[in-house]
Amino acid sequence: MSDNTPVIELRNVDKSFGPIDVLHEISLKVGAGEVLCLLGDNGAGKSTLIKTLAGVHAPTRGEILVDGEPVSFSGPRDAQERGIATVHQFGGTYPLMSIGRNFFMGVEPTKGFGPFKIFDRAKANKIAVEEVQKMGITRITDGDRLVGGLSGGERQSLAIARAVYFGARVLILDEPTAALGVKQAAHVLRIVNEAKKRGLAVIFITHQVMHAMAVGDHFAVLIRGAIAADFRKGEKSREEIADLMAGGESMADLEASIEGYMETHDGHPPKVGQEASA
Amino acid sequence: MADTQDKTNAEPDARFSLLDLFRNPAAGAFAGLVIIFVFFSIFGWEKNFLTPLGASTWLNFASKVGIIALPIGFLMIAGELDISVGALIPAGGIVLAMSVENFGLNIWVAVAVTFAVAAFIGWINGVLVTRTGVPSLIVTLATLFVVAGLNAYFSKQIAGTTQHSLPDVGVVSEFILGDYHSWIIGEGDSRITIFRSLQSSFFIWILVAVACYYVLHLSPWGNWIMALGGDQESARNAGIPTDRLKIVLFMLSAMAGALVGMTEGVLANSASTTTQFGMIFNSIICVVVGGVLLTGGFGTVTGTVFGTLTFGIVFQGINFTTFDKDLNMLFIGVLLLAAVLMNDSFRKFASRASTGTKKK
Repeated sequence: MSDNTPVIELRNVDKSFGPIDVLHEISLKVGAGEVLCLLGDNGAGKSTLIKTLAGVHAPTRGEILVDGEPVSFSGPRDAQERGIATVHQFGGTYPLMSIGRNFFMGVEPTKGFGPFKIFDRAKANKIAVEEVQKMGITRITDGDRLVGGLSGGERQSLAIARAVYFGARVLILDEPTAALGVKQAAHVLRIVNEAKKRGLAVIFITHQVMHAMAVGDHFAVLIRGAIAADFRKGEKSREEIADLMAGGESMADLEASIEGYMETHDGHPPKVGQEASA
Repeated sequence: MADTQDKTNAEPDARFSLLDLFRNPAAGAFAGLVIIFVFFSIFGWEKNFLTPLGASTWLNFASKVGIIALPIGFLMIAGELDISVGALIPAGGIVLAMSVENFGLNIWVAVAVTFAVAAFIGWINGVLVTRTGVPSLIVTLATLFVVAGLNAYFSKQIAGTTQHSLPDVGVVSEFILGDYHSWIIGEGDSRITIFRSLQSSFFIWILVAVACYYVLHLSPWGNWIMALGGDQESARNAGIPTDRLKIVLFMLSAMAGALVGMTEGVLANSASTTTQFGMIFNSIICVVVGGVLLTGGFGTVTGTVFGTLTFGIVFQGINFTTFDKDLNMLFIGVLLLAAVLMNDSFRKFASRASTGTKKK
């Protein structure tokens, strides 16, 4: 793989459900070791976009490229086999099962022979704890502990560590910080950085601009199913991004209105910022 | 807004040591069993609750519920219910009886036919639940009545009666499927009775329990079953064949119901089409008392076995005491309520530390 080929790329992807167009002309690319932050308010089409990337939905038009080659996923499993791992808000973990069992769900290590294969608990626990610790969660030392006893951030970290261990190359994180407190969110953001360092292409979906800015290299703002802004780190301020997400207007209208606002409000952002702090 | 990002980890606190205690609700089921056992041992002492013959009463009763409760437990762990077993028990008996009596099949061929019929009904249950998404309670309620109706219809059409006779089917098959077993060491006054008058179903129960223990706790499938009840969507994403697994579980519970019907038929040398509505509740009670969560996602085989024993003792043990027999229902009700509350607190404890994210 050459350095310039994005690990995953969308070209003019449209997705419609019957007469309803959900995504229009989405073009995105993410390279290895890069974090793309996908920002958007509720209903902007983030979920549909994730599901399209994860192989749940096939795009109506346009193409998806993995390592520069067009692909069409037959289902989520197919996407996973090509190294695209999706981690949902609650990490896809099972609260009443142990860390080791969660980590190896569906790909359990076994020992024994013939039809009497036994789940190798010791091995599963050892690997799970090692992998999670490598991700910087040193608190987890006992693979027998139930996942329900972990914090939300730790559960996310476990799910991410799992994806990395099983060879994910593209990590799609669906609002991993949405339900978390400040410390927990920081936790997850650190894991995202860790994944990035290991050369994964990360697509980080969020509506928390702070979190996006902490890890993102590249940002795309999704409004009503279209990409309203696409920019790199440092090109826009936090306020600008928040406005973009909340606006729901076309890019040009938004920019004009932001400028207008800034002028009349002594450089302060429009009311969205006040809502957010309320 | 989350402007300040504190980089320190949330440190562990004391509640994790407490969590370890609650890691195994089978321990609770065991404690309940001990209490109930001691209680009835004391109050039933006079009437021989603890003698081998006395024990066989409640062990035989427990074994039949137990054979069904184990696969029902699997289903409940996977987040489903199966109440059609109430009709599968008589179905097992009459299919076996008719295969032998009306079609002249060899007993073991008849057993295979009966299992096949039960598996087919279970398969229908599973397919209906997985394809339609209708709650399994309703689907299996429907099949309960459908099968009950078919039991009576085919009985009358084929054998002209709803009461089938199943005369001796041979020593070996009788021994394995339905007979009374005793094991007495020594002779005369120095003899020691290990067990007495235990039905074959008791030993079948032990075998089923060992097989279920292997499946749920040792093999990778156990992981899958728990994942089904924990989070089906994630389980599917993790590559687990959720639908197929569920169908297999429904087939197992239907076959367990038929197995109990067969053992009863061989033991009593007769089979009837009477639907056993009571067994539906009995099996569910055993599973819940055994610590399986009603919400799915967790349960143990040992817990279910303890729950079944507890249930058997309460249900039959009342006859060994001076209490009014009608009180056993009250006992069972209280027991069930206590078990549900305990299981629920286990679930809460186990997920308490997750910073409240579960609620969302």
